[in-house]
Amino acid sequence: MSFEVWQVAWFTTWVAAVGTLLILPPGIALGWLLARKNWRGKTLVETLVTLPLVMPPVATGLVLLKLLGRRGLLGRWCESFFGVEIVFTWRAVVIATAVMSFPLLVRTARLALEGVNPRYEQVARTLGAGPWRVFWTITLPLAARGLAAGVVLAFARALGEFGATIMVAGFIPGRTATLSLSIYHLVQLSRDHEAWGLLAISVALAFGALWLSEVLLRKRPSP
Amino acid sequence: MNLEIAHLQLPLTAFALEMNARLGARITGVFGASGSGKTSLLEVIAGLRRPAAGRIVLDGAVLSDAASGAFLAAEQRSIGYVPQDDALFPHLNVRQNLCYSHLAGKRGHRSGITYEHVVAVLDIADLTERRVASLSGGERQRVAFGRAVLASPRLLLLDEPLAGLDAELKERVIPYLLTIRDEFGIPMLYVSHNADEIVALCDDVLLLDRGRCVRRGMSADLFAISAAPHYILKPD
Repeated sequence: MSFEVWQVAWFTTWVAAVGTLLILPPGIALGWLLARKNWRGKTLVETLVTLPLVMPPVATGLVLLKLLGRRGLLGRWCESFFGVEIVFTWRAVVIATAVMSFPLLVRTARLALEGVNPRYEQVARTLGAGPWRVFWTITLPLAARGLAAGVVLAFARALGEFGATIMVAGFIPGRTATLSLSIYHLVQLSRDHEAWGLLAISVALAFGALWLSEVLLRKRPSP
Repeated sequence: MNLEIAHLQLPLTAFALEMNARLGARITGVFGASGSGKTSLLEVIAGLRRPAAGRIVLDGAVLSDAASGAFLAAEQRSIGYVPQDDALFPHLNVRQNLCYSHLAGKRGHRSGITYEHVVAVLDIADLTERRVASLSGGERQRVAFGRAVLASPRLLLLDEPLAGLDAELKERVIPYLLTIRDEFGIPMLYVSHNADEIVALCDDVLLLDRGRCVRRGMSADLFAISAAPHYILKPD
């Protein structure tokens, strides 16, 4: 396989990893809020967060394009404050993958955190531990496997992102070309044999990620 | 110990927990049928639930006062809590469970509570490197007691700690509770629906029925009445 193929594979893995890392803290925090607290607007927030999971990815991409474009609310702000352009750059790819993976991470994080018996947290508090110490020493370790499985699922989702990415980042070889975008592009040009190579890498990466997620979930202890 | 519970109210699903009592015994039993509000009472005292009304004062310190909005967080109350299912942290070994409290092994509200002393008194020195999943029922309870004691609590709340044990194990664990009382001088509130346990351990007893204290003090008829199936008690 050519250097370009490996470069595309590396870029895809890298943006998927960065996107997943970006959503990790807010994803776990929101999962915890949904799992442990009752608050006004909870259902609304849950619905909004889940939207990208059920909306056509291209539609989500269009929303992102309008927000992050030069004349968009966030795009204008980023350009004037940081001098950073978002759309049609690798940043747009990261944001698109992050937004599309976020609902998956929040949902798995919520399930993992709900699986932790609140009695452990209560007893830890009676032993003098404040909310942060309880979270870091009890909740997080007990939910770790479920959370790790959620992270892997979000990463796998990010690897295969297409619709939102093509809208907000376009297909620019060497700049925004991911595995899925490149496969689509090559098939359009009838260069199927090259697309097969990328397909093989996509399948291997996705299979590895999902297999790891299954292993993590299966080994999850029942506290 | 002087625990004052005044005009306490906590709405539960079918009824409200209502309590007005001043407790001072070394071990006070809280006796009653399942669903009578015993666990909720302990949770309110521990600071795990916020009462709708009333005031709780322990040795002069206000733990909660609905009228003024005062509510001391559970982690600041120095009140130990051992639930029915012991709730040993499954990802930590026995020693890590015992040392979870930042006060473990240090001088807290009660002197003489050191790690070595507690593991010796509770006979758990040989278990410290074991995973909690490998412990038997009796061992688990002793570790749970030790963990709570090592936090140097002013008061220890025990929620049916022997409920999951067979009669023989219960007999072996009860002396450890008496040792905790005598050796470390920690007053306890002991929830149970087993009359034998209450008689063996407690100096005073409250009988709870649908969230209300309907009898107070040790008496033979208290257990005779409550032993009858589907007993119904009227407040005195």
